[in-house]
Amino acid sequence: MAEAAESPGDRETASPRPLMRDLKAVGKKFMHVLYPRKSNTLLRDWDLWGPLILCVTLALMLQRSSLDSEKDGGPQFAEVFVIVWFGAVTITLNSKLLGGNISFFQSLCVLGYCILPLTVAMVVCRLVLLAEPGPINFIVRLFVVAVMFVWSIVASTAFLADSQPPNRKALAVYPVFLFYFVISWMILTFTPQ
Amino acid sequence: MAAADELAFHEFEEATNLLAETPDAPTTSRSDQVTPQGHVAVAMGSGGSYGAEEMEEEGDKTALLQEEKPQPGFWTFGYYQSFFDVDTSQVLDRIRGSLLPRPGHNFVRHYLRNRPDLYGPFWICATLAFVLAVTGNLTLVLAQRRDPSVRYSPQFHKVTVAGITIYCYAWLVPLALWGFLRWRKGVRERVGPYTLLETVCVYGYSLFVFIPTVVLWLTPVPWLQWLFGAVALGLSAAGLVFTLWPVVREDSRLVAVALLSAVVLLHALLAVGCKLYFFQPLPSERVAPAPPALSPASPTLPGSLAT
Repeated sequence: MAEAAESPGDRETASPRPLMRDLKAVGKKFMHVLYPRKSNTLLRDWDLWGPLILCVTLALMLQRSSLDSEKDGGPQFAEVFVIVWFGAVTITLNSKLLGGNISFFQSLCVLGYCILPLTVAMVVCRLVLLAEPGPINFIVRLFVVAVMFVWSIVASTAFLADSQPPNRKALAVYPVFLFYFVISWMILTFTPQ
Repeated sequence: MAAADELAFHEFEEATNLLAETPDAPTTSRSDQVTPQGHVAVAMGSGGSYGAEEMEEEGDKTALLQEEKPQPGFWTFGYYQSFFDVDTSQVLDRIRGSLLPRPGHNFVRHYLRNRPDLYGPFWICATLAFVLAVTGNLTLVLAQRRDPSVRYSPQFHKVTVAGITIYCYAWLVPLALWGFLRWRKGVRERVGPYTLLETVCVYGYSLFVFIPTVVLWLTPVPWLQWLFGAVALGLSAAGLVFTLWPVVREDSRLVAVALLSAVVLLHALLAVGCKLYFFQPLPSERVAPAPPALSPASPTLPGSLAT
């Protein structure tokens, strides 16, 4: 978006192009997360638009309805937001303190983009919840969330594990596991009112 | 063997001079990984063979020098990095040590060995907080399975409560304990109590045993739950007591006993409080078909923990 202010005369032609380019970059990174390979695209051209879109989508879908009582319901929009962003920042700080050589925003970018499988799981769960409730309903949701949880961890570890010294890899990966586990738990326990 | 004795003596002097000139940490951190048994093997350029007692003295000297070397300022990132200077094997070792406390083995001296870390306490507290909230919610699921009139809800506020409780306990109580011990010890810093970081470390690792216990609290048999809780509390408190005993035994008996019982009591309060709050046996008042406007607060929550 930095090139948008090139010259006032070209405003009509200049502004759509960077937007399309950014959208294409975000889409390309989504593909890289869905098919994780050892590539540097996520790390080299990091951006935080993708994580923001994913986080907002997830928080919108997870927030409790206004009819829920305050005490017992699911998370509010702000709570999901705080968990995702503070969780990602904490994991990044942890990784850097352990001696990893990944930059702060690269790590945020990877962790944010790897929420994509869980967001897909959330969409699928909401669709499944439209059907009749029962044990089969729960088993299907459990299976979907479990598969997406493993996918998220595999995708993020593929990008993050190499940046750590070998005798500390497990120490850096465990918080990622905890982070996606908490998000998966929030998705699995979502109950519409 | 006079010639060999003279040679040994000279090398020892040279070695200590070299140590005094280059008091950098790598001499101890690398060797800690290589010789996990505990004696510090100093790899010196001026080779030679050292006798056993010289090795011990070297170890003492390097330990002293490590305390005296200039730390990076607290505003630099390197300062905080020194608190995370642990490997996976070391963290696992410390966890194992906290699970099996033994009377002779002081956790701080035996496992931490002048290198406390913040990784263990921080992530053990985070895991415990989330596991508490998740398993507490799971008991609601299991209760609903047994009694279909119970209404299930995600109870997300419990995550916040769990987090705040665990973190406050694991960081404020060691702070208070450390302050109290420092006040009692006065100025005798050399033989002093543990540093703040070591106290936080002991408390953090001692909480690890509660993680599997909380998961085991899913069993619906009440007396079994209390048995697991008692075992976990026993192990955890024993670890704390064995670690603190060498420090307080020089004090008057009254203060020592009072301090240790306060530590155990606080630990027990935490365990029982968590058990009662997160794993409430569900009375029939929980069946709440009433609209939310009528009943804002559940009367069954313990008053002190109501959010």
